Amino acid sequence: MILLGNAILFWCSAWTLNVLLARSRFHSNKIVRILVPALFGLSLLVLWEGAVTSLGISPVILPAPSDVMTRFAAETGTLWEDFVQTVLKGALSGYVIGATAAFTIAILIDRSSFLTRGLLPVGNFVAALPIVGIAPILVSWFGFDWHSKAAVVVVMVFFPILVNTVQGLKEASAMQQDLMRTYAAGYWQTLRKLRLPAAMPFIFNGLKIATTLALIGAIVAEYFGSPTRGMGFRISTGVGSLSIDLVWAEIAVAALTGSVAYGIVALVERSTTFWHPSQRNDK
Amino acid sequence: MRSLLPVLTVLIALLAVWFAAVAPMNIRQSLDQAERAGNVVMPEGARVRSETSRFLLMFQNPNEILRGFNLDRPRLPTPVQVGQELWKTTGAMVLKGRAFSKRSLIFHGWITLQSTLFGFALGTSIGILGAVAIVYSRTAAMSLMPWAIISQTIPIVALAPMIIVLTGQLGIEERAVPKAVISAYLCFFPVLVGMVKGLSSPAREDLDLLRTYSASGIATFFKLRLPSSLPYLFTSLKVGIAAALVGTIVGELPTGAISGLGARILIGDQFGTPLAIWSALFAAAILAGALVTLLGLFQRYALRRIRGAA
Repeated sequence: MILLGNAILFWCSAWTLNVLLARSRFHSNKIVRILVPALFGLSLLVLWEGAVTSLGISPVILPAPSDVMTRFAAETGTLWEDFVQTVLKGALSGYVIGATAAFTIAILIDRSSFLTRGLLPVGNFVAALPIVGIAPILVSWFGFDWHSKAAVVVVMVFFPILVNTVQGLKEASAMQQDLMRTYAAGYWQTLRKLRLPAAMPFIFNGLKIATTLALIGAIVAEYFGSPTRGMGFRISTGVGSLSIDLVWAEIAVAALTGSVAYGIVALVERSTTFWHPSQRNDK
Repeated sequence: MRSLLPVLTVLIALLAVWFAAVAPMNIRQSLDQAERAGNVVMPEGARVRSETSRFLLMFQNPNEILRGFNLDRPRLPTPVQVGQELWKTTGAMVLKGRAFSKRSLIFHGWITLQSTLFGFALGTSIGILGAVAIVYSRTAAMSLMPWAIISQTIPIVALAPMIIVLTGQLGIEERAVPKAVISAYLCFFPVLVGMVKGLSSPAREDLDLLRTYSASGIATFFKLRLPSSLPYLFTSLKVGIAAALVGTIVGELPTGAISGLGARILIGDQFGTPLAIWSALFAAAILAGALVTLLGLFQRYALRRIRGAA
């Protein structure tokens, strides 16, 4: 009970410190901007730990974060094997194939305004559908190994990237295109020097949405059959055999992978579209 | 309306590609069936055929191609078959007066719709409350906003089985609760982002004007901030309801649910009935389309009422 009291006390003091930091004149300081959410997250973890240990919650229901961390450290080999199977083989290869295909097709259909007008509403609609449901079909087509997972990922990332790229290619204004014409620029030159750069914020938006979708696709597809490794496999068997701390360790890996992948795309975006207003504002 | 013709063209092209793909996808299966029925098939034996290219098989056995369009358990069903299956499990059941029998997709769609709406309501409330907190408190903005973004980069499906274990252990037997939690998790974020933008959209002068009226904080919220956020709210609600439906189906897929469209997909997979999977998929798509369209109509009506009153 004392532990829980301490944890609640810690949470309150962390929040008070955050209030002070947010009201202080350093609130737009870069370190403070990272410190405040980090402190908030840490205080939540402490609260979780305190609640689980002092209320005696069974580790079968909810393990304490410290248990999860010990399990994480003990099982790095398994976790790495699952990571390679699900993320590097399934999600990453599917992501690259899907993104390349969507990008190529977007550039091809962009030459016909008829096709663009037809494909945008259809693509927007499909992008909102629960495409994950296609996973069992693709697993039965491509077998249990990572190829079927990559196929699910391809289908899931294709439409968001396609729609965003097509939308982005419409972004360059008529005035700017006329300017390129006065420079006697050809189609490909205009595309490379004006329209693709103008489309970049949209393309990156699609790529960011797709990073999360790729992980979801790869993990869900493993629930429908996989070799005896992979994050989705480990999670579904872990729930069955009540090794819940291992499941949470896998969840931690998935969360970390998702955030890092998103972060990488955001970093690349910042270095390619540094000129865009949305990137300049937060400097 | 201008884009009606292009959209139709694209849809027809997609259907044509689908039809064309049926023949090569199903050729092996139809040849196996033909061989069992006693017809002469070019390379004999399923083993040999599985190493021959699909197109070569089609070329060698042109008479058996049509059989692939009418299989019971096809690898790839034709659009017509999917349509018939959809009708058989919805319209035909209604005509027989058994719209809510366990074999009808209307029943399963209803289960999914319930969880979706429940999760949508939950997610929307969390999103709006979070947005109010973020707009009014800088501390909340600084500590909550980054975590809201991070929460969306976490693949929810990894968490889905855990949410089900947790709610089960807490003594909540209701199947709808974990599904609703998952769909709320996916749906709160677009609402949060849209409402933060919407609630902070009033211009400085408008806020100052209300201050000269010595309006209280609550009055400012209800008379200025909330009305001006409505266009943003509706746009994010449309994204949110689609996300909520995805969440419900994801919640039904890996969890051994027995009713709901996701469960139909799961059961179709376990019993090897592709037609059930495909018809459930299309039912989900139709449901998503209907929900988004309905919200769009409501948006148009509500915004017109507000502008009319102003």
